[in-house]
Amino acid sequence: MLSQLLISGFLMGLIFSLVAVGLTLIWGVVEIVNFAHGAFLMLGMYATYWLYRLLSIDPLFALPICTILLFFVGIVTYRLMIRRVLTAPMVAQIFSTFGLMVFLENMAHFLWSSDYRLIKEPLVHGRLEVFGLFISKPQLVAAAGAMVATGLVYWFVTRTQTGRALQATAEDKEAAALMGINSDRMFALAWGIGGACAGAAGVLLANFYFIFPKVGDIFNLTAFVVVALGGFGSIPGAFIAGIIIGLVQVLGGHLVAPAFKSVIVFIIYLVVVIARPQGLFGKF
Amino acid sequence: MLRVDRIRVCYDDIPALHEVSFEIEEGQIVSIVGSNGAGKSTILKTISGLLHPVAGQIEFAGTRIDRSPPYEIVRMGIAHVPEGRRIFSRLSVVENLYLGAYTRKSDEEKAETLEQIFRLFPILEERRNQRAGTLSGGEQQMLAIARALMSRPKLLMLDEPSLGLMPILVSKVFDTLKQIHEEGITILLVEQNVREALELADRAYVLMTGNIVLQGTGEELLETDLVRQAYLGM
Repeated sequence: MLSQLLISGFLMGLIFSLVAVGLTLIWGVVEIVNFAHGAFLMLGMYATYWLYRLLSIDPLFALPICTILLFFVGIVTYRLMIRRVLTAPMVAQIFSTFGLMVFLENMAHFLWSSDYRLIKEPLVHGRLEVFGLFISKPQLVAAAGAMVATGLVYWFVTRTQTGRALQATAEDKEAAALMGINSDRMFALAWGIGGACAGAAGVLLANFYFIFPKVGDIFNLTAFVVVALGGFGSIPGAFIAGIIIGLVQVLGGHLVAPAFKSVIVFIIYLVVVIARPQGLFGKF
Repeated sequence: MLRVDRIRVCYDDIPALHEVSFEIEEGQIVSIVGSNGAGKSTILKTISGLLHPVAGQIEFAGTRIDRSPPYEIVRMGIAHVPEGRRIFSRLSVVENLYLGAYTRKSDEEKAETLEQIFRLFPILEERRNQRAGTLSGGEQQMLAIARALMSRPKLLMLDEPSLGLMPILVSKVFDTLKQIHEEGITILLVEQNVREALELADRAYVLMTGNIVLQGTGEELLETDLVRQAYLGM
């Protein structure tokens, strides 16, 4: 029973990691908290759903399409909105991304109703039995996909010249500008990658999770806890913290009471913010 | 090569530079000296495009640059070593150096410049894979200068390169600047370390509360009462 829980917690944790990596990257480079991050994930889920319903494209093949789509949603968000509040007071920045979240959720409500939707017969379905443990195949695929995506982002940021320019911008915008790095482009790129992470996570979740307008909220909040625990701006931090939070959720639910699983997660958040505000790791 | 013509620069309406003009000719070393808050850093930041003047203009090689963003100005051949080094502490030495060459295309040329730079700063080659934040203050200053050189600038601007270094390293930094100058790079140096900066300079300016109050060759300025009393304590 316990090992069963640990496995499903671990698998879910990897998805939390991917969502949080997008959030932490945007924060690290642009220093704006994206409250609409969960809404991006929701858009990724709906895009997957409609590709499946209308064009019979399986979520597995929708992955690249929706990831690219959400990459551009991130860039458009930056170009149309974030750029205007870059030098504005923090309150204005918070309200702009929070407002975007409210807008996107209500737009989904309006266009697609509040019905809970599910992709009924995805290509990947059923479960595996390993040493007496049951592992849902869609969840396994989602976790593996999330891990690969997280790895790709990390590789890009640390091993390519553009990725290093992102890191340089995150550390010192002015010094990066003196290297000839166009910070406006780096900001747009960070929003694009952030959106793509949320989008990819949405697609991977759509294989086994209910789809509804407010589905992003729970992932949004969890991602904030993960980012705080891992350290704002740190990709490895978000990766490790995502797994920790995934495990804590199931263990807390099991050891205390299922109703308390989120409570424990948020207690961790409070403890981290008070006792170690820089999180487990620094930036990147 | 560089012509700064009556620029006025403000931070939130408060002027930091009132009406500053000076010129740099190719191959010169020009020093601007002055105390803290005189506006020295503001001059460099305005030339490199981090700030824009509210009046006046800046020309580099015959082109107006005072409205251009920093990344275009770097591309034109101006490199700026900012005050306090501002190296990317989480990146390795060699990653820092390659970011200095961000505007350049050819990988072969970049590798060639890197080799030249390692010849000038052997310590950086020894530490090439070390995180830049773990270098000593003097090494970080070398890295900051080397990083700026990676863009193969025509004009190298340095903001207080001797700040916070012990005397032996200060003279090392100035020796390095001489070497860089001998390779044909024009230098604009901003310093509080007045004596060294003036000894090195072909032409020098004294800046006080946003105005240039004195100019001449470095030697001439070293002889003036103002410099001797206000900056050299004589």
